[in-house]
Amino acid sequence: MTASATLSAFVSIAFHGTAFAMVLYLVSVGLSVTMGLMGFVNLAHGVFAAAGGYFMTTLMTRYGVPFPLALAGGTIAVAVLAVPLERFLYRPLYGADELDQVLMTMGLVFMSVAVGKFFWGPLAQPFQPPSFLSGQIDLGFRTFPTYRSFLIVSGAVLVTLLWLGLERTRFGARIRAAVDNRRMAQSVGINTSALFTMAFALGSGLAALGGGIGAEILAIDPGYALEHLVYFLIVVAVGGLGTIRGPFVAAMLLGISDTGFKYLLPEFGAFFIYALTMVVLLWKPRGLFGQA
Amino acid sequence: MTPAQRGGAVDAFARRHRFRALEALPWLLAIAAYFAFPDYLALGAQIVAMVLFGLSADLVLGYAGIVTLGHAAFFGMGAYTAGYLAAHGVGSPLVGLVAASAMGAAIGALSGVIILRTQGLSILMLTLVVCVMLQEAANKMTSITGGADGLQGMQVGSVLGLFSFDIYGHTAYWYCLCVLAAGWLIARALVHAPFGRSLTGIRENVTRMHAIGSPVFLRLLTIYTISAAMAGAAGALIAETTGLVALNVLSVDLSGTILVMIILGGVGRLYGAFIGVPLYMIAQDRFSEIDPVYWYFWIGLLLVLVVVFARGGVLGLAEALIRRSTRRR
Repeated sequence: MTASATLSAFVSIAFHGTAFAMVLYLVSVGLSVTMGLMGFVNLAHGVFAAAGGYFMTTLMTRYGVPFPLALAGGTIAVAVLAVPLERFLYRPLYGADELDQVLMTMGLVFMSVAVGKFFWGPLAQPFQPPSFLSGQIDLGFRTFPTYRSFLIVSGAVLVTLLWLGLERTRFGARIRAAVDNRRMAQSVGINTSALFTMAFALGSGLAALGGGIGAEILAIDPGYALEHLVYFLIVVAVGGLGTIRGPFVAAMLLGISDTGFKYLLPEFGAFFIYALTMVVLLWKPRGLFGQA
Repeated sequence: MTPAQRGGAVDAFARRHRFRALEALPWLLAIAAYFAFPDYLALGAQIVAMVLFGLSADLVLGYAGIVTLGHAAFFGMGAYTAGYLAAHGVGSPLVGLVAASAMGAAIGALSGVIILRTQGLSILMLTLVVCVMLQEAANKMTSITGGADGLQGMQVGSVLGLFSFDIYGHTAYWYCLCVLAAGWLIARALVHAPFGRSLTGIRENVTRMHAIGSPVFLRLLTIYTISAAMAGAAGALIAETTGLVALNVLSVDLSGTILVMIILGGVGRLYGAFIGVPLYMIAQDRFSEIDPVYWYFWIGLLLVLVVVFARGGVLGLAEALIRRSTRRR
């Protein structure tokens, strides 16, 4: 390989890895916050991402709704649907055994697989980026796919917004207080019950957004929630619970190294990713940014 | 508590390891099933092998309280070990069984040394990661495992050189049942021994077990290794009786499914697997004939209902009913 070809390969890996990382981050950040807040092992988080993707593609292909509106519609629909789910299914299990939580959410995943097949069939949903986001974009020294550039930019904007929301608003301060010390937060008059519901709806909505916007990378099919579960969990566990910075770093690490390994060493597949995860978790059982 | 009551409680405690008449029931049913459903022996053998797998998972989950999402790692490695031996001239099922148990134990001990030091979400993730790592390795090492096509060319010989496997599953059924009986006797002895009591203690209050000087880590590692060996044996049974090994034996799906099965029966009761596994597998067999796609929906719904309304599974419900009827009297 010549020097310029090597450089070009690295640029490609960094570019596509970052785009993948943005999708992983958007889907997983809500999981990190809800797991950190409620200590709830929610294996069904991918279901919300899949639901967002299904709503969006259905609105686009069947009803001809433009992409930005369809994406917003899917996000809002999932966030609203998440509220009764949280109230009636998740809430009774806060503070219960991990095992009960694992089983209940696994039941939800199983049901989602069947529901997806029933309504949308076994195949992946077609996703066509709108014309103003398709094609290539020329940055002078080389061209990049427009849609993936859009993914990276919008991902970066959302990360900033989330960070500002959590660090600079009262709602964010309440969430941080409840993550750090739930009893104390209740004692000073924070309505943690309403907070949990809102955080859950927000996290689910973000997952739906990630599922919809990332439909080009992680195709929407009935097995979505099960197939990608391991990756979402790795992002959360490696990043650390209850933070939004941790999952970002973890998603970047995972996205770029996964793309890199699969490009440079395809004969090993995802093996190194899993090995790396193991090393990180043994070194820091609470994740890179988890509180001790 | 009056002295008489205390004496009764001590008596009950001292007798709890003795065999009760009710414990013969699963075995009598298994023998009856052989004569009652001669056309379903192949499925029967698989159910029996999965009961052994469930029993091994119950030891780890129900007694030691380790929530694992990667128990298929040991099952799958056992299946591949037995399958690989059978495909390379070592056709004796018993040799395969022993080798598979040894492989299961080795993987269990190696991974256990590393991951049993953690707790909560970390241990859940680490068990999961061990499982997906082994599956990815099996997927990529096509020269040994056959990759996505599965292991090719297994030649399974006869049990002890006397009973060869037939297409109706007569030999397979009895072979699996005997191995399960052996596994059950071992598991039963373990959980009633002081060792098993200390595991329950670790599950219920690990801090206190540390305080009274119990070697917690060593205990956990021991049961994890034994359970892994048993899961490896179950994998060997499936491989030898079906003559097939494919990547799904190492899947997270299977790790989750076996949890589901023992939850349906009731965990930490030793007999949860004997009820949950047949229930699940027979229902799956029936339902998938009607509509294979929606089987997942019903099992998912059942799972949610069990967690919300019946946390002890079938055995838990039975216990609650018995308790209620005796109280009324």
